[in-house]
Amino acid sequence: MATNGSTLATLKRGQKGIIQAIDAGDPQVQRLMVLGLVEGAEVEHASSAIGGDPMEFRLFGCGISLRQEHARHFQVAPVAAGD
Amino acid sequence: MTKSTEIRIPASEITVAKRADATIAVVGNPNAGKSTLFNRLTGLKQRIGNYPGVTVERHVGLLKHGDRTTELIDLPGTHSLSAHSLEEQIAVDVIFGRMAGTPAPDGILAVIDATNLYQGLFLLQQLVELGLPMVAALTMGDAAEKSGVHVDTEKISAALGGTPVYRVVATTGAGLDALRDAIAHLPQLPPPQRVVIWPDLAEAAEKLARHSQEPLRFAEVERLLIDGETAANKAIVGKLGAAARRELSQLREVLFLDEPPIARDARIRYRWVRGVIADVQRATPPFVGWRSRITDFLNRPVPGTAGLFVVMAIVFQAVFAWATPVMDLIDAATSSLGSMIVERFGEGALSSLLADGVVAGVGSVVIFLPQILILFLFIILLEDSGYLARAAYLMDRAMRSVGLSGQSIIPMISSFACAVPGIMATRVIPNRRDRIATILAAPFMTCSARLPIYALLIAAFVPATSVGFLNLQGLVLFGLYLFGIVAGILTALLMRKTALRGPKPPFALMLPEFRKPNLQTVLIQLLGRAKVFLRRAGTVIFMVAVVIWALAYYPRADDLPGDVDQNVAAAMQMEQSWLGRAGHVVEPVFAPLGWDWRISSAVIAGFPAREVVVAVLGTVYAVGDDADEGTLSSRLKSAKKPDGSKVFTLPMVIGLLIFYACCLQCVATLAVIRRETNSWRWPIFAWLYMTSIGYFGALLAYQIGSA
Repeated sequence: MATNGSTLATLKRGQKGIIQAIDAGDPQVQRLMVLGLVEGAEVEHASSAIGGDPMEFRLFGCGISLRQEHARHFQVAPVAAGD
Repeated sequence: MTKSTEIRIPASEITVAKRADATIAVVGNPNAGKSTLFNRLTGLKQRIGNYPGVTVERHVGLLKHGDRTTELIDLPGTHSLSAHSLEEQIAVDVIFGRMAGTPAPDGILAVIDATNLYQGLFLLQQLVELGLPMVAALTMGDAAEKSGVHVDTEKISAALGGTPVYRVVATTGAGLDALRDAIAHLPQLPPPQRVVIWPDLAEAAEKLARHSQEPLRFAEVERLLIDGETAANKAIVGKLGAAARRELSQLREVLFLDEPPIARDARIRYRWVRGVIADVQRATPPFVGWRSRITDFLNRPVPGTAGLFVVMAIVFQAVFAWATPVMDLIDAATSSLGSMIVERFGEGALSSLLADGVVAGVGSVVIFLPQILILFLFIILLEDSGYLARAAYLMDRAMRSVGLSGQSIIPMISSFACAVPGIMATRVIPNRRDRIATILAAPFMTCSARLPIYALLIAAFVPATSVGFLNLQGLVLFGLYLFGIVAGILTALLMRKTALRGPKPPFALMLPEFRKPNLQTVLIQLLGRAKVFLRRAGTVIFMVAVVIWALAYYPRADDLPGDVDQNVAAAMQMEQSWLGRAGHVVEPVFAPLGWDWRISSAVIAGFPAREVVVAVLGTVYAVGDDADEGTLSSRLKSAKKPDGSKVFTLPMVIGLLIFYACCLQCVATLAVIRRETNSWRWPIFAWLYMTSIGYFGALLAYQIGSA
């Protein structure tokens, strides 16, 4: 499960990734897990606001936005395009 | 009477007039279409109140079906039975029957969005564990089909322990009849079978429930294991007893080890959800229509932000342009009604009370309605279409730099029209500190009631010379707008660093797909807003208007010379009324600002509503209260102090403008702050704070300018 240091924050626009590990110490990160950002979930970076923060992700068809500072807590394995 | 005469009736023989046969809680994720469905089911048979001690609205409606009347409680949207916000806490408390004044529900109507089964199933699986009779309504099925997703309701029902699932389309009403029938008979339905997806947790919960002193429900104990002992579940912990309480901490240690329990719970439950989705939902490649193309375009940072400004410009323009004619009409109607009363009943205390007190008082409440309705129409449309969340997302970074979050942008911009709907719009801000900081900043935005005063003073005292290609008058007006924005932002920043200091609020915003708002829902919400404003704020505004009338009317001057003209007589009456006397009394306070007693009493009269100042100035300067601006401004220009110097010098006028840019002279705003914060503390603070800034700003301008 090499993630090459990829996190939700490093996903490019339109790129998909599967969450591998979460640094869940922060209660705000735990909140995001209750919203469905858990290990095994596939997410796509859909858009970002001006300056790249906050970012919007697609998670099972619904949009969820989070700030970069929180996105960094989620390690992802990028899914190669065409998969 | 003595106690022996007391008649005791066995409780079983007392028949209480019950309004409803059962109480059903409507539960679902935010944006699942819960409120639309609730409005569809109950129509206008609903009441909006507040939960005790908080500002969260309580929506209750009646559903009559056959001979049964069911009371539906529309709960705030929630993602889980472990609450993270005040609104979620209220939803959870009502579900568990812990909310004072709200009966424990006899059943659950769970609302699940077909386009968001992921979060929906996560919540519904927890609801199944409640052991209450339950039905589920699957909404947005049509939208899901359109995007190529087919959902199998039979399989969802099976996954949720046999919970009946009804497909409904709230916009067309399809499927509602079957759902109504199911709700009416819900209390007789056996609860769904528990779905065990985490056997260790279920086992621990069973064990703890057995050892508890007082009976506790399985789902309650399960949440207790996950959440631990918190302030919110103190009462339940108390029911456990000492032994079970010790057991609770031991069980938690074994269950979660070093992991945060909420994280572990989410992980396990969502794993189950993913399995169910793979089974119940079939997806075909989505059709890329114009809607998704637009969404995609607006998702890019720059077009998205530009689009937001265009939308806000349209809203702002509409509030100004559409409301003004109606407001002029209301204004004209109240003044002609006032003169009709005077004609009909003649001059006298009663007719003056009716005309200048009651009618003018009612008028000053109703005059806010056009702006409130138009602004709220837009806000509700933006909210229901899903755009409001996107606006908050786009502006988050900018607002964060001043200590707020993206959700503050709409209330702030709305306040340029009127702070009253602006403050009412802060309800979208989940964090209390953020919300209050926004409420305190909002009244600094230049509202439409400040414009008449600005217009009068600028036209009279600022020369219409050009500065480069700009006009000095326009420049001053622009400066006043800018001043309000800067003062508001600094206030928010100051508050977030001092009294409202606290951890950064969690920012996790769901961004729903754009969808067409439902007309019925929009209208019901709009009506609700108008009612709340008229009932809660309207009464305060009305009372204050009558008080100010009395202050200006009494005591009567009985020795007015008979040969003066009507306007001069009115001015003389004003001078010796309580209001005029008050103006004289406070004159020393305002003298360092360069104000005479006339301006002082006008400012006092303007405390309930700043726009009154122009009319009062008209009266005290004896030009009549409906004199045109030209007459009044020339009278102001020639006003002299007893020593012969001019009253309205440029530094004094600049000071007066600064005073009006700051000072919170608006009872409607104060009443709304009181209502929205649920305490007198914040309106009193806001008033003192803004008035002192205005006073010292005016003092500084006058003293420096006159030196």
